[in-house]
Amino acid sequence: MAYKNFILVCGGTGCESSRSDEIYKSLISEAEALGVSHDVQVVKTGCFGFCEQGPIVKVLPSESFYVKVKPEDAHEIIAEQVIKGREVSRLLYRKDKKAETAKLEGIESYQKQFRIVLRNCGVINPESIDEYIVRDGYRALEKALFEMTPEEVIAEVKASGLRGRGGAGFPTGLKWEAARKSPGDIKYIVCNADEGDPGAYMDRSTIEGDPHSILEAMVIAGRAVGANFGYIYIRAEYPLAIERLKIAIQQAKNYGLLGKDILGSGFDFDIEIRLGAGAFVCGEETALLQSIEGKRGMPRPKPPFPAVKGLWGKPTVINNVETLANVPVILTRGAKWFASIGTDKSKGTKVFALTGKINNSGLIEVPMGTTLREIIFDIGGGIRNGKKFKGVQTGGPSGGIIVEKDLDTQISYESLTALGSMMGSGGMIVMDEDDCVVDVSKFYMAFCVDESCGKCAPCRIGTKQMYGLLDKITKGQGEEADLVKLEQIGKAMTKASLCMLGGSAANPTLATLRHFRDEYLEHIRDKKCRAGKCKDLVVYEIDPIKCIGCGLCARHCPVPCITGEKKKPHVIDGSKCIKCGECFVACKFGAVVKR
Amino acid sequence: MIAGDIEFSDELQSYIDEWSKKEGGLVMMLHRIQNEFGYVPRAAAEKLSLISGIPLAKIYGVITFYHFFKTTKPGKHRISVCMGTACYLKGSQELLEEIRSILSIEPDEVTDDGLFSVDEVRCLGCCGLAPVIMIDDEVYGKLTKEQLPDIIAKYRSL
Ligand SMILES: Cc1cc2nc3c(=O)[nH]c(=O)nc-3n(C[C@H](O)[C@H](O)[C@H](O)COP(=O)(O)O)c2cc1C
Ligand code: SF4
Ligand code: SF4
Ligand code: FES
Repeated sequence: MAYKNFILVCGGTGCESSRSDEIYKSLISEAEALGVSHDVQVVKTGCFGFCEQGPIVKVLPSESFYVKVKPEDAHEIIAEQVIKGREVSRLLYRKDKKAETAKLEGIESYQKQFRIVLRNCGVINPESIDEYIVRDGYRALEKALFEMTPEEVIAEVKASGLRGRGGAGFPTGLKWEAARKSPGDIKYIVCNADEGDPGAYMDRSTIEGDPHSILEAMVIAGRAVGANFGYIYIRAEYPLAIERLKIAIQQAKNYGLLGKDILGSGFDFDIEIRLGAGAFVCGEETALLQSIEGKRGMPRPKPPFPAVKGLWGKPTVINNVETLANVPVILTRGAKWFASIGTDKSKGTKVFALTGKINNSGLIEVPMGTTLREIIFDIGGGIRNGKKFKGVQTGGPSGGIIVEKDLDTQISYESLTALGSMMGSGGMIVMDEDDCVVDVSKFYMAFCVDESCGKCAPCRIGTKQMYGLLDKITKGQGEEADLVKLEQIGKAMTKASLCMLGGSAANPTLATLRHFRDEYLEHIRDKKCRAGKCKDLVVYEIDPIKCIGCGLCARHCPVPCITGEKKKPHVIDGSKCIKCGECFVACKFGAVVKR
Repeated sequence: MIAGDIEFSDELQSYIDEWSKKEGGLVMMLHRIQNEFGYVPRAAAEKLSLISGIPLAKIYGVITFYHFFKTTKPGKHRISVCMGTACYLKGSQELLEEIRSILSIEPDEVTDDGLFSVDEVRCLGCCGLAPVIMIDDEVYGKLTKEQLPDIIAKYRSL
């Protein structure tokens, strides 16, 4: 029996945490209660990318795009839309309260996007292999097994210009070729799903929304390099993604797409999941291999590269999730098509997790060559609450801040590196005037101190030293000479560290020093933090003109150090103030000011 | 006490039997143990060493390297405060301090009644909802300090 309506409920982590599972269940039970369960199929899909507006529900064929849906809304969606064929107008997406409602494809921020990696996210049920297959899934594998030689597969990937999305941007085809040419009969394929950059969730969403694309790509890679076994190394913090991978692996095995003699081709390939355990450095490929071997995850010098000497000393290809997700499409649509997207040296698209002080937080995929301004202002909808843009951090703790004057840069591996940042894995964190660059640099440095594996001295000692200096500055005890020290240690660490954790740990600090030296100097000379983030430097005061003497702030002050007569301006006793900021939040008249 | 004097469930026992035969299964076995006990008790590490033949020193080397593994018993309800970048920028530090003050505990402590412990974690992968905390398996997004007392109270009576 054919269904009249399909209801897609976002089952990505963001929405899942805002009760999308309850919505899913309520929709099914409402459909049953109203006797229309044969008319409508409710499906849980991957992330739509509109996390800001979640939970999201989309109804087909009418393409109704509902946002901020609650479980209680299920009844109305079934009763109105499925039974009477009328959209539930109050739930439809609107750009603002007065604007017209819009379909997903009609939303401005969607139109600049181009989905290759996320092609199936929010479209199919990630727990159904059939839906993947209907959308050309495993077609590329068939091609790689029956219509192409392994050499032709590698040639195709090379010709596509695909480069690693895990951060370094190494050409994927070359990596595969190196592993193929390395002698040995046992070889491995490893998918890096460790996603350590805090504030990034592209790989998580890709796996949650389309797990089969990763499995398919790993089998293709295995065929290309001559490997019969693959590992997916994934963070233990991603339970939903792990669950969906397990389901997908089992389904693929049942369909003969994994295991012995795949589709009768004589080629064997198996995949095992290995869990990470909360160590950022394990995202680094040589450390990751150690971790799969059950050891402490410490990097080792390269060369030899994993393609020559990897897991248990055997040739190993390590690819990022997003890199792999591109592979099936390259084989089905052809290298030429793929290479026509993007810039001269950076082909295809890039997925970013757009977060921070931006209106539309979420997951986006854009062609390489899109400008940062388009991403932040057109797709991201600009800065929250009408605040002023300060900078955008790409590359997480390994990258740097990019400022207003460089926003028209077209993104590519080379252009972002030239700006002193890097492509990184796709975290994109937008900061506004309320964010303090010294504080943010300290935040990233604290991260690196925690995550340094301690194997090499420049990183182990350098990150600590730099953290100490930044901490001093945020406390108002810095000296101008500290800035020079920061730069010297930073440069030494960049040069002398064993792996890129230490090699790039100084980037956030060096970049802010370049663009915002005046703010560092303000902290040092004037003991002032203009963003009001560095607590030790903030002074709270009450503006006697704006204050109406309601006394609300005094009641919120935990010390208490605010006094004043009723209906007369109040005063804060600065010597007792603990700078908790409660009064600042409490005052409804904007009379409490940070200085 | 005898070394390794602790009861393993049948599932855990068979998981360990299977994985101790595989190369590099130590991290996976520790995950499974932590899954069962909420942390890795000393006795469990000892027992694992006896079963698998992996030296105890190596097991502890691995446990202490990875942030995910805990060697002390957590509270009945584990509150994880996201300290990833997106959440940090949206005030997760304040949430953390507020939670600690509501429960009056210091880092790495468990409340006297054994009900709560608080961990700082890195990016829970829902940055779109920043700032985010997770209590047990439930995620709370777009949180403000004001919502915390009610949320925590809910778990006191659970
Ligand atoms: C400190 C550090 C952390 C890294 N974390 C990750 C990560 O979480 N995910 C990832 O795919 N690559 C990460 N990488 C990059 C990997 O070392 C490696 O380059 C990548 O997985 C190769 O795959 P690709 O060529 O497909 O990008 C990290 C590198 C370093 C130095
Ligand atoms: S640079 Fe840091 S993380 Fe990398 S090997 Fe050295 S100490 Fe370890
Ligand atoms: S809350 Fe604002 S208006 Fe009221 S007494 Fe305090 S500063 Fe004055
Ligand atoms: S930074 Fe908190 S969920 Fe990602």
